[in-house]
Amino acid sequence: MPEQTSGVEIQLDGITKRYPGQRDPAVDSFTMTINPGETTIFVGPSGCGKTTTMRMINRLIEPTAGRITIGGDDALSLNADTLRRRIGYAIQQAGLFPHLTVAQNVGVVPGLLKWDKKKIADRVEEMLTLVGMDPGEFLDRFPRQLSGGQQQRVGVARALAADPPVLLMDEPFGAVDPITRGNLQDELMRLQSELRKTIVFVTHDFGEAVKLGDKIAVLGNQSRILQYDTPEAILANPADDTVAGFVGAGASLKQLTLQRVRDVELNTSVPTATEDETPASVRQRIEADGRTFALVLDGQGRPLRWVHKRQLGGGDSLVGIGSPVGDLVTVQSTLQDALEAILQEGGDAVVTGSRGEYVGTVQLDAVVGRIRELREEHS
Amino acid sequence: MSNVTDAVLTVSSGSRRAELLRLFLQPIAAVVLVAAVLIWAFSQDLDAIEVVSLNRETLLDSTWQHVLITLAVTVLVVAVAIPLGVVLTRGWARRIAPIFVGIATIGQAAPAIGVVVLYFMWTEQEGLWAAAVPLAFVSLLPVLRNTMVGIQQIDPALVDAGRGIGMSAFTVLRRVELPLAVPLILAGLRTSLVLAVGTATLALFVNGGGLGFVIDSGYKVARTTVLLTGATLAVGLALMVDWLGALAERYLGPKGLR
Repeated sequence: MPEQTSGVEIQLDGITKRYPGQRDPAVDSFTMTINPGETTIFVGPSGCGKTTTMRMINRLIEPTAGRITIGGDDALSLNADTLRRRIGYAIQQAGLFPHLTVAQNVGVVPGLLKWDKKKIADRVEEMLTLVGMDPGEFLDRFPRQLSGGQQQRVGVARALAADPPVLLMDEPFGAVDPITRGNLQDELMRLQSELRKTIVFVTHDFGEAVKLGDKIAVLGNQSRILQYDTPEAILANPADDTVAGFVGAGASLKQLTLQRVRDVELNTSVPTATEDETPASVRQRIEADGRTFALVLDGQGRPLRWVHKRQLGGGDSLVGIGSPVGDLVTVQSTLQDALEAILQEGGDAVVTGSRGEYVGTVQLDAVVGRIRELREEHS
Repeated sequence: MSNVTDAVLTVSSGSRRAELLRLFLQPIAAVVLVAAVLIWAFSQDLDAIEVVSLNRETLLDSTWQHVLITLAVTVLVVAVAIPLGVVLTRGWARRIAPIFVGIATIGQAAPAIGVVVLYFMWTEQEGLWAAAVPLAFVSLLPVLRNTMVGIQQIDPALVDAGRGIGMSAFTVLRRVELPLAVPLILAGLRTSLVLAVGTATLALFVNGGGLGFVIDSGYKVARTTVLLTGATLAVGLALMVDWLGALAERYLGPKGLR
């Protein structure tokens, strides 16, 4: 992949939006620093002003008061059209121009920036590939010939085409079915791990916010910031009842999707054996430890089977003895996956390292302990 | 779009297949009709009075003038109604839009002959443009209204997307709003044109020429053959113009919408 511009910091300082004829401002003195290269989610109930706040960043709505700096530049003193060409913008239902082909849609901003034709064509192909669409198949299609999910991918490709440091996304996945939405979210996370843009993402779906956000801002009426923190912190300790209500039931279960197996202490006391040991010697070791099971590893230290001490009779090798290890998790897996494996295995879940080697097991106590720890950490 | 359909003049009706069949048959019908009446007229024993109007040169001249008047009306309508329609859909002009639509509605409601005569009394000019200007006023409304509706019915999210990715207001108009309004504008133009072909028969009252001359002669000298020939030529022309409009609607609209 050619050089990409990564994100810049956005500072919003006391931005306010008043509409004529309305007593209360729609957004009241909103101040926030949005970290470069991170995904920041504005989440809140309908009508709380989260979209208005986001639209003031690219000045689709002009703030009545306040200061906005993007990467150190004063956004309010720039020409609004010039500013917007440096900020990607993706909206619900993609907003693709129906009379333009996919290629023309993606090439709009580079065209506005007067890139030459060859460079635009190359960039369009690159962007389609980036969002997982085959350029050969899709370049000349019209938007109505695409599914909702495909349209949304093209929308993201269009937003990123001129390689802007900042990307604004207004409920981009709100209008697609849950399965497609999940795929698009995964895709966005993959993209973001490569591109490290500064993304401001508006949604009313807290689950989506937890999944995608590096930081979440829970907003109340007039875009008042109720809590601005990492998803872990908000789940562990909601700032007030409103936030808690918004987080909803199952906060701890959501928390499990954010935690990795590497974050908990692994149990390494399970006896292990290699296949060339004799059953008798292994049995002796298990009994000396006061245990009933051992884990058989292969030559590279990868887990193969569990053996119970009753299965260890005579014979001179462990080959073919015991029952295969079922659900495995890696140190990268989420605690949610680990919990699933624990429930499947009925006890210890086997954890492997990056090369598939056995590194320990994870137990229910460790999962419970981690959630408790997070609560204490953020209280 | 359903809430505005009553205001929109679309000519499409029936299924696609019926539309295709019509596209194919309409010009044939027009040609057959005109040819049949001409053959019938020239096979009669024409008297000296009839021959004054019913000769090749006069008929060709009148038809050509008629086409010219129609063209002039078209040029005026396009030059006035489309820009006016665009301007009236801009945010700052919404309040004054009803005034202009009202004036155009009066133009369409007023009898064309009255408008032609009033314009003549006001300017005291004669000739092609003296006919074309008032007739353009009469046929303005369909294009004006369809331009406005065509732009207003565009999903506001598309305009928002355009502005959001850095198009200027004018670029959004040029690259998004107008192309998407083209199908409706063309439908309005087709209606206007058919109106114009019909009302262009009134051009003779201000010395504008056209097939009105043949019809009028036939009426004044009480020669049914002449009157019928003139009227049939006008009908044939209207059918052909309508057909051209249908072709334009079919092939000039944005490809992604078809």
